[in-house]
Amino acid sequence: MNGAAVEFRGVSYQVPNGREILHDFNLVVPRGEILVLLGRSGSGKTTALKLVNRLYELSSGDLLVESRAAREWDIIKLRRSIGYAIQEVGLFPHYTVSRNIGVVPAIEQWAPERTEARVQELLKLVGLNSDIGPRYPHQLSGGQRQRVGVARALAADPPILLMDEPFGALDPLTRADLQREFLSLQEQLGKTVLFVTHDLHEALLLGTRIALLEEGRLVSTSSPQEFLHSSDPLVQKYVQAFSAAEQVRGGK
Amino acid sequence: MNFWSFMVQNRDEVAQLTLEHLWIVGISTMFSVGIGVPLGILITRRPKLHNPVIITANIIQTIPSLALFGFLLPTPWIGDRAGRLAVLALTLYALLPLIRNTYAGIKGVDRAVVEAARGMGLTDWQLLCKVELPLAASVILAGMRVAVVISVGLATIAAAIGAGGLGELIFRGLAMVNNSVILAGAVPAALMALLADFGLGWLGRRFAPPQAA
Repeated sequence: MNGAAVEFRGVSYQVPNGREILHDFNLVVPRGEILVLLGRSGSGKTTALKLVNRLYELSSGDLLVESRAAREWDIIKLRRSIGYAIQEVGLFPHYTVSRNIGVVPAIEQWAPERTEARVQELLKLVGLNSDIGPRYPHQLSGGQRQRVGVARALAADPPILLMDEPFGALDPLTRADLQREFLSLQEQLGKTVLFVTHDLHEALLLGTRIALLEEGRLVSTSSPQEFLHSSDPLVQKYVQAFSAAEQVRGGK
Repeated sequence: MNFWSFMVQNRDEVAQLTLEHLWIVGISTMFSVGIGVPLGILITRRPKLHNPVIITANIIQTIPSLALFGFLLPTPWIGDRAGRLAVLALTLYALLPLIRNTYAGIKGVDRAVVEAARGMGLTDWQLLCKVELPLAASVILAGMRVAVVISVGLATIAAAIGAGGLGELIFRGLAMVNNSVILAGAVPAALMALLADFGLGWLGRRFAPPQAA
């Protein structure tokens, strides 16, 4: 076994009308890393993510999950061993918070007591009070909903997490809370995380490495430090836009 | 003879015809739900079938009911008994609201919920049974409500081909130019439609997803 949890090898993805969304994409994500896919809308970052749990099927190239080609995995088994959290959360509106968190344990036919214990454990882990369990999603705040979404993604303890702008729809304060808590959570859990965002601040804060995408191509991969000092013109554009914002924040 | 005294004097016959009416409507509703809901589900899975199915159901809907009864008369086995014929015609008429509402209900489920469900590894069957159908239930029931109300009304016309039901009193009253007899058929039919409408409406609200409640 090599150390890669996910590996893209020359992966391309075309939509049925022939337009190429992702072109010759190569990326190795070692275990335990938070790999941030950064890019503007339409850069292909969400597509790259959805190829991993096969919500989209790649057109050419190879994609390895745990050193095994994704297409050789049983699709249901593959998805159940990958946590998935999205910006809109997508909680089941007709399920209580507890049942939402316990969806995968339930379909994996865990004993009810085991599921219940796991739900309680997860509520605590994502910083929610256990009395929230019997409530319905529409009774929660946006931040609480997203915490439930993260708890649900973690329910069956998958080694890999896919997160598609999970904190993108939250107000800045709640977002900062969740980002901080996510980092400390990750320190305890050591999952492999593929994290999509268009927010450089978030990328720098959370990423072990940052992969920058533009028009379906991988521009660069670098650590947050390297990213800030890169000579690549596109990276510099990002950094400039970012530091302009920082200067305003600094009152200059 | 006024309406009330006719009802009292002929209560056995009115009850008998009401039961016949209920029977025709009940059986045809069972068939139309059994066919319409699966068809509605099918066209969410096979988009190519959507237009052919909806257009066919639409065309059936536009055939005048008396004409449809006439068309179906030569059908083997079905045509042998007026009751069968009435059930078949009512089933066909009820299909459109059921197919359309099943389709709309499932398509109306929040895209993010479906994506999350698929991403978590629910099979297509689990997605349908645990997510889509429960969330579409109130819309499907609304379609059933329309279908049943239409059926109660149409079933009165089935009396024209001898299928029985409350329409028999209506046609008899028309022939006798006697309003009391017409009303003896029409009032119970109207009550039946109202009750079905109310009952299914109540059921639909019970099955509405929590945030809409």
